Amino acid sequence: MPEPATASEQPQGDVRKALLEVDDVTIRFGGVSALDSVSFDIKEGEILGLIGPNGAGKTTCFNVMTGVYQATSGQIRFDGRPLAKLKRFQITKLGIARTFQNIRLFKSMTALENVLVGADANSKVGLFNALFKTPLHRRTEAESIEEAYRLLDFVGVGGRAGELAANLSYGDQRRLEIARAMATKPKLLCLDEPAAGFNPAEKQRLMELIRKVRDDGYTVLLIEHDMRLVMGVTDRVVVLEFGRKIAEGPPAEIRDNPAVIAAYLGVDEEDAS
Amino acid sequence: MSTTVPASTRSSRRPGRPLQIQLPSFLRSRLSRIVMIVIGVLLAYALPLIRPPFITTPASDFGGVMASAATFALVALGLNIVIGYAGLLDLGYVGFYAVGAYTTGVLTSQHGHWPFLLVLPCAMIVTTVSGLLLGAPAIRVRGDYLAIVTLGFGEIISLVAKNTPWLGGAAGIKNIPPPPSIGPDPIGTDQDGLFQIPHLSWNGLVPSVDNLHKTPFLTFGVLDAVPYYWLILTAILIVLMADMAVNNSRVGRAWEATREDEDAAELMGVPTFRYKLLAFMLGAAIGGLAGSMLAAGQGGFISPDAFPLLLSMLFVAAVIIGGAGNRWGAILGGVLVAYLPERFRPLSDYRLLIFGVSLMVIVTFRPQGLLPPRRTRRALRAQAEVEELEGEAIDA
Repeated sequence: MPEPATASEQPQGDVRKALLEVDDVTIRFGGVSALDSVSFDIKEGEILGLIGPNGAGKTTCFNVMTGVYQATSGQIRFDGRPLAKLKRFQITKLGIARTFQNIRLFKSMTALENVLVGADANSKVGLFNALFKTPLHRRTEAESIEEAYRLLDFVGVGGRAGELAANLSYGDQRRLEIARAMATKPKLLCLDEPAAGFNPAEKQRLMELIRKVRDDGYTVLLIEHDMRLVMGVTDRVVVLEFGRKIAEGPPAEIRDNPAVIAAYLGVDEEDAS
Repeated sequence: MSTTVPASTRSSRRPGRPLQIQLPSFLRSRLSRIVMIVIGVLLAYALPLIRPPFITTPASDFGGVMASAATFALVALGLNIVIGYAGLLDLGYVGFYAVGAYTTGVLTSQHGHWPFLLVLPCAMIVTTVSGLLLGAPAIRVRGDYLAIVTLGFGEIISLVAKNTPWLGGAAGIKNIPPPPSIGPDPIGTDQDGLFQIPHLSWNGLVPSVDNLHKTPFLTFGVLDAVPYYWLILTAILIVLMADMAVNNSRVGRAWEATREDEDAAELMGVPTFRYKLLAFMLGAAIGGLAGSMLAAGQGGFISPDAFPLLLSMLFVAAVIIGGAGNRWGAILGGVLVAYLPERFRPLSDYRLLIFGVSLMVIVTFRPQGLLPPRRTRRALRAQAEVEELEGEAIDA
């Protein structure tokens, strides 16, 4: 066996606070370990890439962070607070938002409304205010709509705000998902293969968008297959294979890591180590 | 393949508007819209007095048919929140209708003599609580299973009513007093009230004033159903306004998002369980309101047989035919389901056959309902609001 996670012990250049800590997390579905004692953390303000071959456990990792699955053992802390026991919508309100590998927009709603649903996560008004159309309700709605338009412009679908999500082009749907996730005002934005099905030009624009998102003060966790995109945009990369972390470090180092090359090219483990 | 849209300017923010019908300019102003709404509402109130030819029911009392059509419309409005907005198939809605009716019967006749105006909110509260009690466990299951659970609820309610002597048993509850009349009403002879409004009668297309049949304003008696229709219509209008306010808010968005993709909604911060339960409770409250009106209606009598499971199916049919998710569709569907069998009454035995065939025809040719929801309408209004706001900001 190669010694896993040697790269992770390197001293980082900065001492930024860890926003999300994945601490020895294991998930078993029956006898299968989807994640096996995985530990890493995401520092505030960075773009962390999570890569690995198909079935390595990347999306499972996402799902346990956002509360879709419960970890069999281990703990995930966000801002120092353990996430176990929290409901999915509570985790979102705490500040983790995500997009989906296979697009899951609200198709019969317009682009604007999709983003508004995300924005409602922070809304304080409820049934009573809506029923009596209080000034507070009116103001909150107007602010949400304003913010939604800003986000739509930010990701580049501002011109399609009134169109049904189902009628948007594939690329616009992917961008709209990012806007919807950002509308929940997350601290951590998790993107699950946002470039799937993109051509190189679109991937380039997506990279710029992801950098813009980070520059706006978000922390980004990026799952991606496309190595060039990952290497081009991330600050650090965590590599999973068969539910285990096999490497962690800056992109340049990961590129040359023999275990990673083995995982991607399918070299026998003995040769790789 | 996608084309990127450059950061939009304000002029590029106009989504396709050609779908909107261009009204003539004199109809577009705010004032004229208000005037039209007022005229529409007045017409709705006056309908049973006008008795328009072809629409009126020759073989049964038109006022009574209108009152029952209005009751169905009110029920459909409530069920539309559950089925249309939240996407929960509730096959036991008649249960809430029965709970509302029995609460009213028990408090005004069977075990108490409370005034109607106090009982009405009580009935709504009791049904809301029953909605909570049924919904909290039932909503945890999805789709078909929820339908089965609610189906059971509808059946249980009428069986409990039938087998509980305290609730009148199979004989039901008699002598439920009508809502309070305005003006003198010694023994409910329908000849009093503050003033009396004549009806119209039609000879072909020629109207004449029918002074023999007058509706007293406002006496809830046994002879004239029109005042009951007015009462239910008023309830419909209030519910409509509340419905619009709620559905045009984050609550409506949360319902729609939950219906579209429950998991995605949850991950976008929507507490889907709470919102589904809210829809269930609001729907129950409106069902209870309608049931209460039924109990205090013209007959003043309710029995377990008045709430068969078939009625639940008719309620669902009303919402689906009208267009689930569209409040106007729900009203139309409710009216049709109650009205069509009465309209065809002169055909005696064939009337239910024709009713059934017309339901099949409607559903075959308009599977989305007669008035499918216009989802874009809300977005357009939201956009207009922003533009208004931006205008204000520039003015300031």
